[in-house]
Amino acid sequence: MSQSVFPNLETAWCPGCGNHNILSALKEALIVLDKKPYEVLVVSGIGQAGKLPQYITTNGFCGLHGRALPPAVAAKIANKNLTVIVNSGDGDSYGEGGNHLIHTIRRNVDITHFVHDNQIYGLTKGQASPTSDIGHVTDVQPNGSNNMPLNPMLLAIVLGCGFVARAFSGNQEHLKAVMVEGIRHKGYALIDILQPCVSFNKVNTYQWYNDRVYKLGDDYEPENKLKAIEKAMEWGEKIPIGILYREEKPDFHAKIDFLMNGSPLVDKVIDMEKIKEFMKDFR
Amino acid sequence: MIYNILIGGAAGLGMETMAFILEKILKRKGFEIFVTQDYMSRVRGGHNFFQIRFADEAIDSHGDELDGIIALDKETIQTHLNRLKADGFIIADEEIDFRDARLYSLTLKSTAKTIGNSKVFGNVALGAVLKLFNLDFTGIEDVINEKFQGEAAPQNIKAFNEGYKLVPEKYAIQAKRKDDQILINGSEAIALGALAAGLKFYSGYPMTPATGIMNYLAAKMNEAEIIVEQAEDEIAAINMAIGASYAGVRAMTGTSGGGFALMVEAIGLSAMQEVPLVIVEMQRPGPATGFPTRTEQGDLKFVIFSSPAEIPKMVIALRDPEDAFYQTHRAFNLADKYQIPVILMGDQFLADNTRTVSPFDFSKIKNNRHLSQQIYSETKEYRRYEITDSGVSPRIIPGKMPGTRVLTESHEHDEYGHITESGTIRNKMHDKRLRKMIYLKAELQEPIFVGEENADTLFLTWGSLSNPVKEAVKLLNSRGKDRYGALLFGDIWPLPDKLLTEKGKGVKRLINVEQNATGLFASLIRDCTGIQCDSSILKYDGRPLSSQEIVSRMKGGE
Repeated sequence: MSQSVFPNLETAWCPGCGNHNILSALKEALIVLDKKPYEVLVVSGIGQAGKLPQYITTNGFCGLHGRALPPAVAAKIANKNLTVIVNSGDGDSYGEGGNHLIHTIRRNVDITHFVHDNQIYGLTKGQASPTSDIGHVTDVQPNGSNNMPLNPMLLAIVLGCGFVARAFSGNQEHLKAVMVEGIRHKGYALIDILQPCVSFNKVNTYQWYNDRVYKLGDDYEPENKLKAIEKAMEWGEKIPIGILYREEKPDFHAKIDFLMNGSPLVDKVIDMEKIKEFMKDFR
Repeated sequence: MIYNILIGGAAGLGMETMAFILEKILKRKGFEIFVTQDYMSRVRGGHNFFQIRFADEAIDSHGDELDGIIALDKETIQTHLNRLKADGFIIADEEIDFRDARLYSLTLKSTAKTIGNSKVFGNVALGAVLKLFNLDFTGIEDVINEKFQGEAAPQNIKAFNEGYKLVPEKYAIQAKRKDDQILINGSEAIALGALAAGLKFYSGYPMTPATGIMNYLAAKMNEAEIIVEQAEDEIAAINMAIGASYAGVRAMTGTSGGGFALMVEAIGLSAMQEVPLVIVEMQRPGPATGFPTRTEQGDLKFVIFSSPAEIPKMVIALRDPEDAFYQTHRAFNLADKYQIPVILMGDQFLADNTRTVSPFDFSKIKNNRHLSQQIYSETKEYRRYEITDSGVSPRIIPGKMPGTRVLTESHEHDEYGHITESGTIRNKMHDKRLRKMIYLKAELQEPIFVGEENADTLFLTWGSLSNPVKEAVKLLNSRGKDRYGALLFGDIWPLPDKLLTEKGKGVKRLINVEQNATGLFASLIRDCTGIQCDSSILKYDGRPLSSQEIVSRMKGGE
C-alpha cells in the first residue's frame, strides 16, 4: 500500500543499514495517520539520517548539522497544518544540536523527533558519538571513549518532555506503532531509535541489540514519572523499548490565542490599518 | 535657535523617564528633537547620560557644546562642565556640593518629599528647565498622564508646578511648526518597518544594542498577531527564522557582532536553500564582548563577507530612524524577490538615537511576496530550483498544493532539490544563485549627495554617520572658504559605484569618515572601484562622531 502513496526512491545508504527500516516504518505510520505527502514536512540536519528527506516524497528541509530542531519548530509555528517530523542522527541531535534539544523540550511545539541512534558517527566514518558506550574504540578514540554516554531518555523525562519513547529499527512493526503514537501526541515527542551501523559500529550490532531489547509490557504505565525514570536508566544487559513516558500538557500553540484559534499564521491577513495605528506610540 | 541639554547621573536614578518626558514635551510643542544616549553596561551606578538637542529647524547631529546640565550627581557636573557654554546653566539638588556661577542649586528632593513622593524630584528639575526656557504648561499634563498611573500622575504634575517656581526665566524661544511629527529611535523604526512589511516571525537572542527591536516587536505581539520568540542562542534564532520563512511567513532575526558571528553558517544556508531572510546587525565596538553599550562601525567587511564560499547577498546600512523604517521594509521585498539573505546594518548610535521625523507614509510602501502564481500538481511538476534566466526559481508555500513537494537542501542539489555530486549541475546551480546579483545590482540605490556641486572636498560615509556628515558639510560650507560635498551610502553591498565614479572625478580631496580604526569603507571602495581616499576621519572610542567634531578635525588638517 505504501508503494502508491510513498514510492520507493533510490537511497545512498549501505545495504543492511537500520535507516531502511526507519524509512519504511515512517511511510507506514503516515499511511496509518492518513497523511498525504504534501501535508507533511520532514526536517533534518546532516548525517546519514539527515538524508532521509531526500528519500520520501513529502516536503523536505535539509538544513545544517545540528540545526534541525529550530527550523522545524518555526515551520510548525508558521503553519500549524503541517505535520512536522524531524529525522536526524545521534551526533546531530545530541552532540552538535544538544542545546536545541533542551530548549525544544521546554518550548513544546507539536513536532515529532526521530533520532536515528547508532551510537557512532557514520557519515564521517566511525568516530564516537554522544551515546557511544564507555570503552568504545574508534580511530579517534584509540583508548576507547572515556566520556559518559548521554542518556537521552532520562534527560528528556527529567526536563519534562511530554512524550519519550525508544524503539529499535530491527522491529519495524513496533517502531511504526511508536511513531504513530509520537506523531499523534500533541506537543514535542522524542523517539530514540536504536539502529545498527553495519559499516562503522562493530560493537552495537543487530545481534547485540537483539540480545538486549525487550518491549515494555502491557502493564507498564507510562504516566508514572518515577517509574519512567527508573526504566530510562535501564541500559546494558536489558534495554526497554516502547513509550517510556507520556504526559498530556498544553503545547506551544495552546498558550497563544491567535496561534491556537483561526487560520495558521501563514494564512492570516495582516491588518495594515492596525500597524499604522502603532505610530500613535510615538506622538 | 538650537539648544543642547544633558541629563546625567548614575544608572537607576530615573534619567530615562526624565529624558522621555522632556523629549515628549518639547516635541509636542513643535520643536525638532535629536537625542543620544550614553550608558554603561551596568544596571546600577556608574555614569550615564542623555543629550537632548532641540531646535526650531531640522537637526542632523548631536552637539558637543552644552547649554544646560541637569545633574543627578556631582560626577555629572565634573565630567561635563568643560563642555558647558559660558552662558549655560546647571540644575542640581541643593545637597550636591559644587561651586559655579551657572549652577542653580535647588530644593529638588525636599520639594518632592513635601509633595509626598520622593521619586518625583526629576520632574521638579524638569519644571525648572521649562521655566528657564519660558515654556508654558500646555500639553504637559497629557504627557504625564500617559506616563504615570494612579496618584503618581497628579504628584508629578505638582512637581512640575513647584519646579517652575524655583527659577527665573532665562531664554525666550518659540517653535516654528505645529506638532505634526513623530519621535522615534532607530530600534523602534526598524521594528515598525518590519511590521509594515508584514513580519510575522521574529526570533532573537538578547544582545545590546539589538534588543530594542525585539522589545518593541514583543510589545506588539498580541495586537499584531506575530510571534516573537526568544531563542536559546543566535544559531537557533537564525535557523528558526529560516524555517519560518521556508514555511511562508516573513521572518527576521537581529543581533550584534558577537551574535552575528554565530549566525554566519546559516547565512550561507539561506543563500544555498534560497530561503528569503532579513537579518539586522547592530554594531558595537568589538571584538569579543568589547564595549557592549557603545557605538562603532567595525563590522563592515565581516558582514559583507559573512558566510563560507561565494553567495548572493545584500547589505544595507541604515542612516537614521526614518531611513531605517523604509529600508527595513525594502529589505523584505528584496529578500523575497531574489530569495537571498538581506542584512541591515545599524549601530548603537542609530539604535538609541531618538529624533523627530515625519510620520511614516504607508501609502509609499507596497508588500510584494514574489510568490509563484502558477498552480502545480502531479501533472504540472514543481521544481524548487528550476533554472531560470534571472536565477530566481518559482517559490510556493509548502503544504498548500496537493501533488507538490517543496524540497530545500543545504547540499548542492539539482532543480528538484535532490543532492547531486555532478560537476555540471554544480556549475549551473552556483551560476544561477550568483546570477541574481546581476539583477540586484541594477536596482541598487546610489548614495545621497549633499553639499556644493563641484566640491573641492568630498566626504564618503555610510550608515548612521550620514546625518552628522551632512550637518558638518553645511557648517563647513557656511564658512565660505572651500566647497564641500558628501556621498552618504545606504546600499553598501553590492556597492553602487555610478555616483561615486562621477562625483569622485575632479575633486581635490576624497575623505572617508567612519566610526572604525582602519577605514573599512575606504578599503571596500578601493577593492571595488580602485578609487583611493586621500585622508580619513576615523573615530573608534565608542562615542558617536558629531558634526562639530568633524568640523574641528578638518581644522586639524585631516
